[in-house]
Amino acid sequence: MEEIEEKWELRLYVAGKTAKSVTALANLKRYCEQHLKDKYVIEVIDLLVEPQLAEGDQILAIPTLVKKVPEPIRKIIGDLSNEEKVLVGLNIRPTAK
Amino acid sequence: MSTEPSRQINTNIPSLPKVKSGIKGLDEITEGGLPQGRPTLICGGAGCGKTLFSMEFIVHGALSFNEPGVFMAFEEKSEELAVNVASLGFDLNQLQRDNLLKMDHVQINRSEIEETGEYDLDGLFIRLGHAIDSIGAKRVVLDTIENLFSGLSDQGIIRAELRRLFGWLKDKNVTTIITAEKGDGALTRHGLEEYVSDCVILLDHRVNNKISTRLLRIVKYRGSVHGTNEYPFLIDSDGISVLPVTSLTLDHAVSSERISSGIAGLDRMLDGKGFFRGSSILISGTAGTGKTSIAGCFANETCLKKERCIYFAFEESPMQIIRNMLSINMDLQKHVDDGFLKFHASRPTLNGLEMHLVAIHKMVKEFKPRVVILDPITNLITVGSVSEVKSLLIRLIDFLQAEQITVMFTALTLNGIVAEQTDESVSSLVDSWLLVRDIELNGERNRGLYVMKSRGMKHSNQVREFVISDTGLELVDVYLGPEGVLTGSARRAQELHEETGVLLRNNAITRKDREIDRKRMMLESQIANLRQEFESFQEELNKSFIEEELTKSFMEKNRSELTSNRDL
Repeated sequence: MEEIEEKWELRLYVAGKTAKSVTALANLKRYCEQHLKDKYVIEVIDLLVEPQLAEGDQILAIPTLVKKVPEPIRKIIGDLSNEEKVLVGLNIRPTAK
Repeated sequence: MSTEPSRQINTNIPSLPKVKSGIKGLDEITEGGLPQGRPTLICGGAGCGKTLFSMEFIVHGALSFNEPGVFMAFEEKSEELAVNVASLGFDLNQLQRDNLLKMDHVQINRSEIEETGEYDLDGLFIRLGHAIDSIGAKRVVLDTIENLFSGLSDQGIIRAELRRLFGWLKDKNVTTIITAEKGDGALTRHGLEEYVSDCVILLDHRVNNKISTRLLRIVKYRGSVHGTNEYPFLIDSDGISVLPVTSLTLDHAVSSERISSGIAGLDRMLDGKGFFRGSSILISGTAGTGKTSIAGCFANETCLKKERCIYFAFEESPMQIIRNMLSINMDLQKHVDDGFLKFHASRPTLNGLEMHLVAIHKMVKEFKPRVVILDPITNLITVGSVSEVKSLLIRLIDFLQAEQITVMFTALTLNGIVAEQTDESVSSLVDSWLLVRDIELNGERNRGLYVMKSRGMKHSNQVREFVISDTGLELVDVYLGPEGVLTGSARRAQELHEETGVLLRNNAITRKDREIDRKRMMLESQIANLRQEFESFQEELNKSFIEEELTKSFMEKNRSELTSNRDL
């Protein structure tokens, strides 16, 4: 177990409230609650409202989940329906059950 | 057809609106530019100039046509692009500050992307839309959008999204260029031509015999006529220039103005007036027959008349030509300094034939000469086949004649074979053909010049001896004697011989004259004698006559006296 408390800073880019976005956000919240309880921050960015932010994180696909911290930066695109892939992408070791 | 019997050609039907690309020559081939508000696909292999092509489209749009543009790069970073095109004088950073250009580098890093579940490319749409709206862009470039295929794995989604993207761009009414890499046997690696159906331009970079040529072809252009040939294009310090359409019609204006060749004797052979302005002249001959000297002379004459001339030298350097011409009393350096003469020396192997043509085009457009000289065209064969050279010359002659520029070619023929290939293929194109030949006689080589043909004028059928001396070029009548044509020292000997004959004859004539004089003097003195004789005879006669008269009058007087005395 790590001594230093790690914090996951997650950004979810969406474009309006589409079905995919809603699914993705719901999925993300579920995984985080399960594996990263109290160790995460989720920021949802709606590009329809703030289009200028798309360039900074090199967003192409919607929805995209960006993990800035901890390094390395990873992007997970899609509705996050595959839990295993998301966890690998977020660098989360499935905690022992 | 029967359903629309009244349908006629209506000139009011709006034709496809086009936007000028600003790329030299392209707008002529496409008759106005790229389709406005529609996507155009530019495809080609690596390094064929796709990015530069699209960059020119954006920059010219921003600078010349007041159409701001968005450049979305999927390959190179904005800073790299800016450095790459800085050599062409494009200041991308300044354009961005002026809000005429917006650059966006889309980076797809496969290693940090994980795909899971459904997604779409709304992010790209939003970025592009934001960029377009922020500067009111009218032009968009997506430089190599195919990179999406390597960055993302779900091809089905990409294809569907691309189709949506192109439709969306049309709705936005922006003129778009999409670049794509050439694929095996297909125009593009991922079949983008399926989605972009309005205009497809193929760029090619071909290497033949180690010489590269860039070519452009419009594969399709829906709703517009366009040239279908492969057009060579050049990338140089001014960017891209495409060679305009080959003139297929023969309808250029002709001039009946005559210009001197600079050699009085040659002008005399050509009806006494020289060449037609805007005609093409071929000088062929074996090595060392003075072809370059004739060309130099023509250039000199042109510049003396304060007209401009470009000399394309494919064999000698300008310095060499100037030095050599100075030895026959022609100062070309002066004309260069005065800005009437321009040399352009390049080895034929410097680039492909088409590139030479483009380079000649460019220089002619810039310098606006009245006379162009190419010396020698036979060297061009080292870079292309005879038929290629011929097609190049056809196009060159067409172009120059349309501009009323006189062109002079020189061609090297192999010794002994007059109808050498180049002559054969080119001679039918040119208006005047002069042949300089070696005449070998009595251990001496001399030059003979013929006019093989000269369209539209009476020209001499005689062989003239062509003499190059310190004072310049001269044509001398050859001596035609019982032993055939005499040239060089044989001619000189014959001339001397004739001069001696003249002297002897003159001497004989004066002797005869003197004899006649003497004869006349003798006769005259005889006549004087006779006259004197006659006079004395006449005097004698007169004397006796007077005496008779006197006697008669005296006797009469006596008789009258006697009579009067008798009367007394």
